[in-house]
Amino acid sequence: MSDADVLLRAEGVGKRFGGFVALQGVDITLRAGERLGLIGPNGSGKSTFVNCISGDFAQHDGRVTLGGAALNGLKPHRRARLGLARTFQLPQPFNSLSVLENVRVPLLFSGQSGSATARAMHCLEQVELAAKAEKLPRELTQVEQRRLELARAIALDPQLLIADEAMAGLSHAEIDQILLLLRRLNAAGTAVIMIEHIMRAVTEFAERLVVFVAGRKIADGEPRAVLSMPEVEGAYLGKQ
Amino acid sequence: MSATEDHVAGRPAIDRPAAALATASRVAPPPRHLLFWLAAAGLGAALVVGLRMIGNEYGYFAGYFILQYIVLASAWNILGGYAGYVNFGAAGFMAAGAYTAIALRKATGLDLLPGIVAAAAVAGLLGLGTGYLTLRLRGVFFSIATLCLAVVLQTLVVNWDYVGGSRGAYIVRPREVPPFVSYGEYMFVVMLVLAILAVGISRTVELTRLGRGLQAIRDNERAAEAMGVPTLRLKLIATTLCGALMGVAGAPLPYYSGYLNPEAAFSLAYAVNAIAMPLIGGAGSWLGPVIGAVLLGGLQQAATVTISSALNLWIVGWMLVIFVAVAPRGILGWFRKRT
Ligand SMILES: Nc1ncnc2c1ncn2[C@@H]1O[C@H](COP(=O)(O)OP(=O)(O)O)[C@@H](O)[C@H]1O
Ligand SMILES: [Mg+2]
Repeated sequence: MSDADVLLRAEGVGKRFGGFVALQGVDITLRAGERLGLIGPNGSGKSTFVNCISGDFAQHDGRVTLGGAALNGLKPHRRARLGLARTFQLPQPFNSLSVLENVRVPLLFSGQSGSATARAMHCLEQVELAAKAEKLPRELTQVEQRRLELARAIALDPQLLIADEAMAGLSHAEIDQILLLLRRLNAAGTAVIMIEHIMRAVTEFAERLVVFVAGRKIADGEPRAVLSMPEVEGAYLGKQ
Repeated sequence: MSATEDHVAGRPAIDRPAAALATASRVAPPPRHLLFWLAAAGLGAALVVGLRMIGNEYGYFAGYFILQYIVLASAWNILGGYAGYVNFGAAGFMAAGAYTAIALRKATGLDLLPGIVAAAAVAGLLGLGTGYLTLRLRGVFFSIATLCLAVVLQTLVVNWDYVGGSRGAYIVRPREVPPFVSYGEYMFVVMLVLAILAVGISRTVELTRLGRGLQAIRDNERAAEAMGVPTLRLKLIATTLCGALMGVAGAPLPYYSGYLNPEAAFSLAYAVNAIAMPLIGGAGSWLGPVIGAVLLGGLQQAATVTISSALNLWIVGWMLVIFVAVAPRGILGWFRKRT
C-alpha cells in the first residue's frame, strides 16, 4: 500500500495496566474509506486499542498516525478535529442536554461553517432521530441512544469512524438500521472500524477482518480466509 | 423493532435541509441580546430612580449588599453551575479583589474604577493559576485547591503590613461624588453596573459555545473530549472568568465601608453564599444566581435589621436544607418541572 492511500497507521501499539498486558505489539494499517471488522473474545483488548487510537489513554506503546499526522501525545479533542470519531461501547450522552444539543456540541467546536443547529438537525435526520430532537437522552430507547451516539460521530464529519460494539443488545431489524447507517457513511468516504460480536453484521459489512486474542493481533485479511483459519476458529469462534 | 419506534427499519433517511432548518428554528429561538441589555438598563435605571425617591441611605446599603452577591453568585455559577466544578474559595478571590484595590490605592493613589480593573486582573490570574495547577486532575482537586487558596491568601494578607496586616486598612471616603446624591448612591450605582455586567457575561457564556462546552464537560468530560471539545482550555477560561468576576465583586468593598480587615474580607459568609445562592436559585442558568442572591440576600438583610447579622449563616444553612429536600434543582428547576 502506498503511503498516499494510508489513512490510519498503528505500529506496535501496546498498553499495560499495572503489570497486566492488555494490548501488545499491534500493527494495523487502514486505507482511506476502508471497512475493517475487528473481532475477538471479551477482554482481548479491542476497546483498549480504540482508547489508544482515540487518545483516551495518554500513555501507550507504539506510534499512531492519521492521514500522515502523528497522533501520539495529542488530546482526544485534537484527534477528533483531525477526523477521528469514535462511539463508546456504553453510550455516553450529555444527559442534561437535549438530543439536538448533544449533536450541536461537536459541530460547535469542529470549526465547520454554517449554522450548527441546521447541521445538527441534518445529522439527526440521517439517523432518523429528528422527531426526538427536543427529548433528553434518557427518554430514548436503547437503539435510539446508539443512533444518537452515531449522529454525534457523523457530526464530526470524520475520515475514520470507530464503532465500538454499536449493535450489542439490538434486535435483528435494529442491527440492519445501524448497518445501513454505517454503509451510507462509508459510501460518503468515511473509513469504518467496526468492533462487533455479531458475526452476521461483521461479515456483511467488513471487507477486511482483524482478530485480537489476549491483546495480540492473530489474523488480518480477507474475512472468509480469516474466519477459516484454524487458530481463529479455535480461539474465537469455538467459544461462541 | 419495538412498537414505540416511529420509523421503519431499513427505510433510507432522506436529506431534507429545508425541513431541517424549519425544525431548527422551532427548536432554538435566537437569543435576544438587545432585549436583555435594554431590560437590564431599564431595570437598573428604575432602581436608581426608585431609591432616590425613597431617599433613605439604608436602601442603598441593602441594595449594594444584594448586588454584590449577584456578582459573586453569577461568577460562581460560570464554573460551578455550567461546568460542575465547585469553587469553595469565593471569599479568597473576593478578598484578593478587595486587597488589590487597597494596594493600588496605596501605591499609586488610583481610585475605585482602576481598582476594579486591577482586581479583575489579579483575581483572574489567581483563578487561571489555580485551574492550571489542578484541572488536569479530577474536579475534587480543584475544589480543595480553592479552599486552600483562600486560607493561604488570608495568611499572606494578615502578615502583609503594607495593606494593614491584621489591623486592617482605611480608605478615606469622599463625602460627595457628584452627580450622585450621596456616597451610598455612588457605591450602589457602581455595584449595579458591575452586577449588570456580571449577569450579562454569565448569560453570554451560557448562550455561546463556551457555555455548551462547559455543560458538556459537566455531563461527561470524556465524551466531550471525544466530540472535539477542548476541555482543559474551556475550564481554564471558566476559572479565569470566575476568579476575575469574584475579584470585581470584592474591589469596592474597602471603598464601601471605608475600612477593611482580613477577617471581614475573607468572611465565610462569602464562600457559603456564593455556593448557596446559585443552588437555591437554580444553578446552570444565568437567572438562577440572580434569583438566589435577591432571595437569600434579602432574607439576610431582613434578619440583620430585625434581629442580628449573626443569624445570616444560620438562615443560609436552613434554606439549603429546605431546598435540597423540596427543590434540589433550585427555584428555576422547580418551576420548569411544573410548566
Ligand atoms: N482502565 C483499565 N484498567 C485496568 N484494566 C483494564 C482497563 N481497561 C481495560 N482493562 C483490561 O484490559 C483487558 C482488555 O479490555 P478491553 O480492551 O475492554 O477488551 P474488549 O474490548 O476486547 O472486550 C481486559 O482484561 C480488561 O479488564
Ligand atoms: Mg470492548
